[in-house]
Amino acid sequence: MALYNDKVIEHFTNPHNVGELLSPDGEGTYGSPVCGDMMKISIQVVDDVIVDTKFKTFGCGSAIASSSVATDMIKGKTIEDALKITNQDVLDELGGLPSIKIHCSVLADHAIRSAIYDYAKKHGKYYAGLEGFDPNADEDDQQHGCDMETHS
Amino acid sequence: MKKQVYLDYSATTPVKDAVLKKMLPYFTQSFGNPSSLYTIGQESKQAIEEAREQVAALIGANPKEIFFTSSGTEADNWAVIEAAEANVKKGKHVITTAIEHHALLHSGAYLEKKGFQVTYLGVDSEGMIRLEELENAITEGTTLISVMFANNEIGAIQPVKEIAEIAKRHKILFHTDAVQALGNVPIDVRELGVDLLSVSGHKIYGPKGIGALFVRKGVVLPSHLHGGAQENKKRAGTENLPGIVGFGAAAELARTGIGEHISRVSGLRDYFLEQVEARIQDIRINGSRERRLPGNANITFEFIEGEALLLLLDLDGIAVSTGSACSSASLTPSHVLTALGIPAEMIHGSLRFTVGDFTTKEDLDYTVECLVKNVEKLRGISSVSKEKGW
Repeated sequence: MALYNDKVIEHFTNPHNVGELLSPDGEGTYGSPVCGDMMKISIQVVDDVIVDTKFKTFGCGSAIASSSVATDMIKGKTIEDALKITNQDVLDELGGLPSIKIHCSVLADHAIRSAIYDYAKKHGKYYAGLEGFDPNADEDDQQHGCDMETHS
Repeated sequence: MKKQVYLDYSATTPVKDAVLKKMLPYFTQSFGNPSSLYTIGQESKQAIEEAREQVAALIGANPKEIFFTSSGTEADNWAVIEAAEANVKKGKHVITTAIEHHALLHSGAYLEKKGFQVTYLGVDSEGMIRLEELENAITEGTTLISVMFANNEIGAIQPVKEIAEIAKRHKILFHTDAVQALGNVPIDVRELGVDLLSVSGHKIYGPKGIGALFVRKGVVLPSHLHGGAQENKKRAGTENLPGIVGFGAAAELARTGIGEHISRVSGLRDYFLEQVEARIQDIRINGSRERRLPGNANITFEFIEGEALLLLLDLDGIAVSTGSACSSASLTPSHVLTALGIPAEMIHGSLRFTVGDFTTKEDLDYTVECLVKNVEKLRGISSVSKEKGW
């Protein structure tokens, strides 16, 4: 398999944390099927720590692998620590993706932020790491195009 | 060893043993330059002329109307760009379609940059152009119509004869990219009335790196490669001798076996589609069922993404493609499926399976089992579903 490394293949073929939490504290969605990938993530939070998380992703192999790795990474972390995770961290954890697939790591990163944003809003919480993050602004971007040209 | 199933015959085909056997002496023993006057040079020349006759016979042409090129792409570029540029006195308008191969689309874009006007005809939901739309698109300045014979992604076979009649009535040159049709559809250039027709060796169990352009006698087409007097002074460059010999041998096999090839391959393809339809819910077959290349099946698996499915199949040893091989490095949805009016989210879930001469029923049974397993797996991971919708 030349396109992806073994770690990406492992997370793609046996993804961790697949599913939906029954009563999530926060939920986030990023991407759209029209653009070729969409990740839905739900989190359960106890004392500002993400104790559980599940995801569902419509997307290519690297989108699924990114979702798997990213949910692994935030599990057990405080929300502030989870917000420090960047798409580069997801990429590093995967051992890299082909250049045209970099956006898949961004997908996971944004979906996590969206879920935390949802949690903060519902629970009246403030996190410095969410400063300047607006999930709806991204949705506007998506309607104008699928952000493909920059990656292909 | 893991089972290997190749279902991407539209991308390329393996060279048949009999073809390779014919080619091999021309690498090491009969290697003479066909332009040389001594014996081994003239023997090479003789081998090329024999291959020219074989390729001509496959499409009902006169051997003098066959010009070897490096690829189908080169044949397309040569035909379209040079024919357009040779006729600028008459006009600068070219008509083609939205579902052409990139060898055509990018030649069209090149012409547009050079000040030509190019019309890209749309297609109906089965991938067929509308003849009245073609007729309406013709202007005083139209000098060339180029419509692909059969589409590489969905296999749609265009009404080439009717298009040629329209072109003839309006005194416009007609080119067709027959790279996918060759060997899969009976082609008779005389009966069809085409002026220019592109073909390629590696789609018919011949080698890669060899193509040809049919130029009907009387059609003026300037050279696009300038140098020696090869190919009747039309296409310079020392000939790809083993490639040409291989193309000729493959053409001969294709011509004598075309009836059996079509019935066997289309039978296998129909069996595969029946099995997939019976075993997997929420799928769509893209393109026409009737006017279709014998080996082609293009299927949308709803609620999952095609590349993910391709990768899982690859891990099971099965080679298939998303759209065309040439566009698989790109994230933009297939221009062909888009032209059919298929929504983008469905296009992302589409795969092309192309059956060929070495495919067996067992290969297809194994593929169906793997499809059932992998589609279910990905639907279990997917954030969209039939119940929740898109």
